[in-house]
Amino acid sequence: MWDYSDTVKEHFYNPRNAGPLAEANAVGEVGSISCGDALRLMLKVDPGSETILDASFQTFGCGSAIASSSALTEIIKGRTLDEALTVTNQDIADYLGGLPPEKMHCSVMGREALQSAIANYRGEDWKDDHAEGALVCKCFAIDSVLIEETIRANNLCSVEQVTNYTKAGGSCSSCHEGIEEILAKVMAERGESFAPGQPPARKTPGKLSTLERIRRIEDVIARARPNLLRDHGDIELVDVEGKTIYVAMKGACSGCQMEALTLGGIQQQMVEALGELVKVVPVKLAQPA
Amino acid sequence: MSAPIYLDNNATTRCAPEAVAAMLPFFTEQFGNPSSMHSFGAKVGHAVKAARASLQGLLGAEQDSEIIYTAGGTEADNTAILSALKAYPERKEIITTSVEHHAVLHLCGQLEKEGYTIHRLKVDGKGRLDLAEYRAVLSSKVAVVSVMWANNETGTYFPVVKMAEMARAADVLFHTDAVQAVGKIPLDLRHSAIDMLSLSGHKLHGPKGIGALYLRRGARFRPLLRGGGQERGRRAGTENVPAIIGLGVAAQLAIEHMTEENSRVRALRDRLQAGILAAVPNAFATGDLDNRLPNTLNIAFEYVEGEAILMLLNKQGIAASSGSACTSGSLEPSHVMRAMGIPYTAAHGTIRFSLSRENTEAEIDRVIAAVPPIIARLRKLSPYWGEDGPVTDPEKAFAPAYA
Ligand SMILES: Cc1ncc(COP(=O)(O)O)c(C=O)c1O
Repeated sequence: MWDYSDTVKEHFYNPRNAGPLAEANAVGEVGSISCGDALRLMLKVDPGSETILDASFQTFGCGSAIASSSALTEIIKGRTLDEALTVTNQDIADYLGGLPPEKMHCSVMGREALQSAIANYRGEDWKDDHAEGALVCKCFAIDSVLIEETIRANNLCSVEQVTNYTKAGGSCSSCHEGIEEILAKVMAERGESFAPGQPPARKTPGKLSTLERIRRIEDVIARARPNLLRDHGDIELVDVEGKTIYVAMKGACSGCQMEALTLGGIQQQMVEALGELVKVVPVKLAQPA
Repeated sequence: MSAPIYLDNNATTRCAPEAVAAMLPFFTEQFGNPSSMHSFGAKVGHAVKAARASLQGLLGAEQDSEIIYTAGGTEADNTAILSALKAYPERKEIITTSVEHHAVLHLCGQLEKEGYTIHRLKVDGKGRLDLAEYRAVLSSKVAVVSVMWANNETGTYFPVVKMAEMARAADVLFHTDAVQAVGKIPLDLRHSAIDMLSLSGHKLHGPKGIGALYLRRGARFRPLLRGGGQERGRRAGTENVPAIIGLGVAAQLAIEHMTEENSRVRALRDRLQAGILAAVPNAFATGDLDNRLPNTLNIAFEYVEGEAILMLLNKQGIAASSGSACTSGSLEPSHVMRAMGIPYTAAHGTIRFSLSRENTEAEIDRVIAAVPPIIARLRKLSPYWGEDGPVTDPEKAFAPAYA
């Protein structure tokens, strides 16, 4: 059973504004019976002020589809069309006290029905540009279509990159197999083959200016600090000499068993950031008297 | 609210109190390892032997050594198919059906990616196979045939006894996922050509996390798990003794209740079907109605969505399950309904009621009374439903900007 919030359940068991709206002058329809959910949103708009005087819905769909429809009508009643257009699917989900990731598409359907109804009122054409795929990353509710399109648009070639662009796979990591499959498919389209475990092939960077090198080194240090601070330690850049980067470990980190590990990680990031082999060497700062 | 009514026994059953009672000592004083060379272990070893004999009786197996305990139906299915591939490495084809449980379906999908050819036999509108299609793909290139005994969603039986004989004639191993059949219908494996059969304890009022693979003596086998010599070296790992004992009791109880399952439980199921279909328009039972498990009823309600039905049933304390896409979080409704060609207008609204010997007539009558208002209520919300029937040509009446 889904972990529905009490608000979702309440709106499902007692839907607001359900049924046809006789005086509707704006109607939006999205979904289809083959998709498993379909929503007809009906609005009564005051022509002068463009205020939504009344709203109702008819929905074929699961519990959260019906609850999302109900919530949507409550949210938009009394708003002007322009105000209503700013309602996002996240607003609908928030109104309901959250939706399970598998069910976020129900709130998306609500927002689309709203856009479609307003377009209908204004005599505009409304075209949905959102295709939906199977849910891949459950932690962040990312579906296969989004992952596929992102890989294609950005020429991605590793799970890590996909995570950076879409968040997919960034939490529990159980969907990495699924992401790899999508990577393999899209990379095959562009005539490459997916090589797991290999860092993305890097275009050989032009030689960096000294200033750019230092900036990147400082960047890596800055990114490492929050973690160290959390463990009551810190790190400071001391000097850069050719391919050797001198840092000082401070606080709890200095001399701790994890120091070598931490430095190893930072060194790896330096190598990636600079595109050259460098060594990170700890130095002891003279203790302040 | 009155007492809850559990009609989801194909998902899992309540572990019989007798089974629970028999298991308890094996968590406490009878904790020994059956492989150990001392009295702690020996006593436990005897109990496991008795439990194995009881399961052997339920299956009608010739030898008790033909039973290999596993962690459930899924492991038994995986073991059977992967074993056949290892035992016949030169054979690169598998025959199965389009309506298997995911334990077989997803494994075969993976094997397909690894280069095996998978023949997925199609079913007709009632979920029946075409044996001519089967015969046409059965050849010496096939490592194993894996066909379920009874479908978990509709209860429909496949002619596995006959299909096993055809496989034997072609010199091909035959496996059946009988997870839904074991305990519900009498089996006589010793007189069949079935080489391997999967079962799962929690589907027959036994504990969860225990199952077994029946392996006909002489059938070629390669273990999935290697390690200690348990299960005669065919499934390494210290035995799950309490669960094995519980499954033994459950098997004994299933034998004792076999007649009841096929008479009283069947009559309750038939009563439920007739009662609901008489009261709800635009609804029909799916599967091969004259040839299915005695406990299973699957009804498709047109123009309503299954999860919404389940939530309203649950509010009245009635537990069932659905083949709708929404209950699984996928976009497609059940692969079984799609394979049978059930139209989308109905496939999203399929509800499975699966009974057990614990259900009563009073419960069934309560469900018969509860369902029609629920369906009517959801249809009232639906854009596809008019005053008292589906809107004419629903796909046209509802014309979204995209579909
Ligand atoms: C037909 C079938 N096969 C296999 C399984 C999986 O069994 P288990 O849950 O014991 O792994 C099930 C249970 O859902 C089933 O219905």
